[in-house]
Amino acid sequence: MAIAEQKLTSTAPTTSESFQWRSWLATVDHKKIGIIYIISAFVFFIIGGIEAMLMRVQLGTPNNTFLSADLYNQLFTMHATTMVFLVVMPMNVGIGNYVVPLMIGARDMAFPRLNAFSVWLFLGGGFLLYLSFLTGGATNVGWFAYAPLTQTQFSPGQGVDYWILGLGLTGVASIAGALNFIVTVLNMRAPGMTINRMPLFVWMNLVVSFILIFAFPTFTVASIQLLFDRQFGAAFFNPALGGDAVLWQHLFWFFGHPEVYILILPVMGMISEVLPVYSRKPIFGYSFVAFSGVGIGFLGFIVWAHHMFGTGMGPLANGFFAAASMVIAIPTGVKIFNWIATMWGGDVRLTTAMLYAIGFISMFIIGGISGITLASPPIDLQQTDSYYVVAHFHYVLFGGSILGLFAGAFYWFPKMTGRMLNEKLGKVQFWLMLISMNVTFFPMHFLGTEGMPRRIYTYESGMGWEMWNFIETIGTFFLAFSVLLFIYNVLVSLRSGEVASNDPWDAATLEWVVPSPPPSYNFLHIPQVTSRRPLWDAKYPHSTADDHHGEKSAPSQIRYEYSHEDSPGAKEIHMPTLTYMPMVLSSGLTVAALGFIYINQAILGLPMRVASYVFIAIGFVMVFYAIRGWVLDSRRDSPYLGHH
Amino acid sequence: MSSSAGHTHHGEAHQKPLVGSMGVDSRKLGLWAFIGSETLFFATLILTHLIFYARTTNTLSSVGALELLDPRLGYLAIELTTVLATLLLASSLTMVLALAASKARDWKRFRFWQLATILLGASFVGGQIYEFIHLYHEGLKLAPAYEMHLSHEAYKALSALNIDPSIVRLKEAGEHATALVPSLFGVTFFVMTGFHGLHVTIGIIWLIAIYVKVLRFPESPENPMDIELGGLYWHFVDLVWVAIFTLIYLI
Repeated sequence: MAIAEQKLTSTAPTTSESFQWRSWLATVDHKKIGIIYIISAFVFFIIGGIEAMLMRVQLGTPNNTFLSADLYNQLFTMHATTMVFLVVMPMNVGIGNYVVPLMIGARDMAFPRLNAFSVWLFLGGGFLLYLSFLTGGATNVGWFAYAPLTQTQFSPGQGVDYWILGLGLTGVASIAGALNFIVTVLNMRAPGMTINRMPLFVWMNLVVSFILIFAFPTFTVASIQLLFDRQFGAAFFNPALGGDAVLWQHLFWFFGHPEVYILILPVMGMISEVLPVYSRKPIFGYSFVAFSGVGIGFLGFIVWAHHMFGTGMGPLANGFFAAASMVIAIPTGVKIFNWIATMWGGDVRLTTAMLYAIGFISMFIIGGISGITLASPPIDLQQTDSYYVVAHFHYVLFGGSILGLFAGAFYWFPKMTGRMLNEKLGKVQFWLMLISMNVTFFPMHFLGTEGMPRRIYTYESGMGWEMWNFIETIGTFFLAFSVLLFIYNVLVSLRSGEVASNDPWDAATLEWVVPSPPPSYNFLHIPQVTSRRPLWDAKYPHSTADDHHGEKSAPSQIRYEYSHEDSPGAKEIHMPTLTYMPMVLSSGLTVAALGFIYINQAILGLPMRVASYVFIAIGFVMVFYAIRGWVLDSRRDSPYLGHH
Repeated sequence: MSSSAGHTHHGEAHQKPLVGSMGVDSRKLGLWAFIGSETLFFATLILTHLIFYARTTNTLSSVGALELLDPRLGYLAIELTTVLATLLLASSLTMVLALAASKARDWKRFRFWQLATILLGASFVGGQIYEFIHLYHEGLKLAPAYEMHLSHEAYKALSALNIDPSIVRLKEAGEHATALVPSLFGVTFFVMTGFHGLHVTIGIIWLIAIYVKVLRFPESPENPMDIELGGLYWHFVDLVWVAIFTLIYLI
């Protein structure tokens, strides 16, 4: 133990070129953790995309037998679960992890070890979710897991249990991550970086973190109750035994609707960074963009039942939730007009990131408008559970979140890797993706209004659905090709891309002050901030193109020393030491969760139950060992007690 | 106060400032946010319990059997729980005294009050385990029905009501009469109070860890904040019990 600690404590120079596993597995650096999030989320993006393509192949022709009904059900459930929990959320968190501390002039997140714990626990949850494919079939009840389909008599395998425990782990990881973001943003800002000077991406991460900590516990409780139903015969959601199936829907959507803002708000923050930089103009109406994000966050909590018009809640509830849902169009519209006004009259540079940002706005408008139609109960009753709904949420989640994430990827890739992505290839990829996503998703509007239901694994010929379904399937292949182009672009650029300077885009925020990629401690000198655009102030001190609030009297003080790991002065900066404890703790929880899945399974008899107790015991031993090690680490890193 | 200790140009430049741009300790800020999150966790558990309790009592009132079969009157022993609630509330007081002692750097007094808090918490958990076992033997289980032992008069009165067996199933075997009532009262009660008990148990482990740490490193300037954080969580868990006790046992 002591020897292992000694090893970890020694701050080995990280300048060596060889790849060191330890420097990643034991890392507490927010940038490396961000990269782990981003790579994992991208791998899950490929997996979720393959699931989507398998489904599209199945639906490309009528009466197809390519997939069985059960496998199709597993695929659409895991596709949604993957894209929501294992792709867009962790991609947002990953980019946020990398960029937010840099943007606010901090050297790391507030709790670096907790940050490492979050990323490993997220991976543990993703591992459990996908393990279920190998242990008798993944969950096949839809990502919303409506009762009573989730009860054991209808879903006898362990797929649902894997889903509950897997999402339980990613949920704990998300709450821990959100707490970390809240404290980081509120408490770690550089001098002068007031709340009203924070970049909008930071703002949106703060809002989303608050949504997350208040929305997730409801889902955690509901899924624990479902686990009690399945493992101990509790019947919370089993109407046959006095439970309440609609209660599940309320609890799920009380989490599930804020969840969609968790997916989109950080991306809106990214867009709000990208648009001003490539328009060479400050964002139009900074406060409106920030506070409409806050408004969306609040409103997001009072609209959940618009997912439940079909359950027959009565005119009063329908009226309230319809009106509240339509009100969300106002802050969203405010943002859209502010983005357009930001570009208006600007010196627009149509880089790939900018194209993706504009693509985001235009596609999100389409998804937003179909969303407003669905907020109206009479229309919703016609369209609910049809492909129209599938069209709607793919326009906001693919056209919105994914296109926006690509904008963020092209914008921040040079900062993260020190290399530029190929712009020409990027633009080809953008147009291919934009066109093929419309080919894939737009006809779903028609199919929905023609009555094609969601979640069917095949359909009869002669329904009039053949042509559009076939076209959609063709679109999916072009979509996949555009993702392959991106992968090619990344791999080639990492090896031989143009070397990126500190500030290749002539940007305004603090992450562009430091080298690309930044040293482990980020800033040799913590900057003194006096405005919303510290870097523009420093570069163009005499510009008068500022707007009016949060303004400065003197330019922000930024010292541009080119810093690297052995800069003079860098040795004085104490960063938290490497530690495996967060990973051990997450692994322990994952092992214990695996045990809980089989805690009451009679199908395999006694041996399985004993195995489950062994798993739980091993898991908890790991947890206690890791907590003890963690406490010792934190003592060693303490500003009072360490470094002796 | 500079927002980030890293702002200084000296050797103590450290990533984790004790007081940040909000003027609050980072861990304290994080714990407050966590408590906000936990509030929703317990609110969901309590609401679920109240929804199903209301449903049971509505059904029983509609057949005129509420007075004889109300699970709260039949099972929840207000005397025992009042004692337990008092112990837990008293532990909040001793926790405050422990914190005050630590701020005065009186470690002997701190150890006394901290141990008192731990013991009061442990006796609450012990009492709850006793209550759970007792209720289980009485017929309240983690199952969608509860079984109530009936006096001879009660059995007669209920039989006279001629209630649909899907609502109440009466049984008589020799001297003993019982009523089986389909209801989620037991399920929601055990899950809700069980998760509260789990939180108290985690709190006890936390307080023991603080106790050991302070015992080993009495010189550490971090001690009062460590104790305050453990105490903050402890008070929250007590407060949740106040809500559960009031809503479930008293009203």
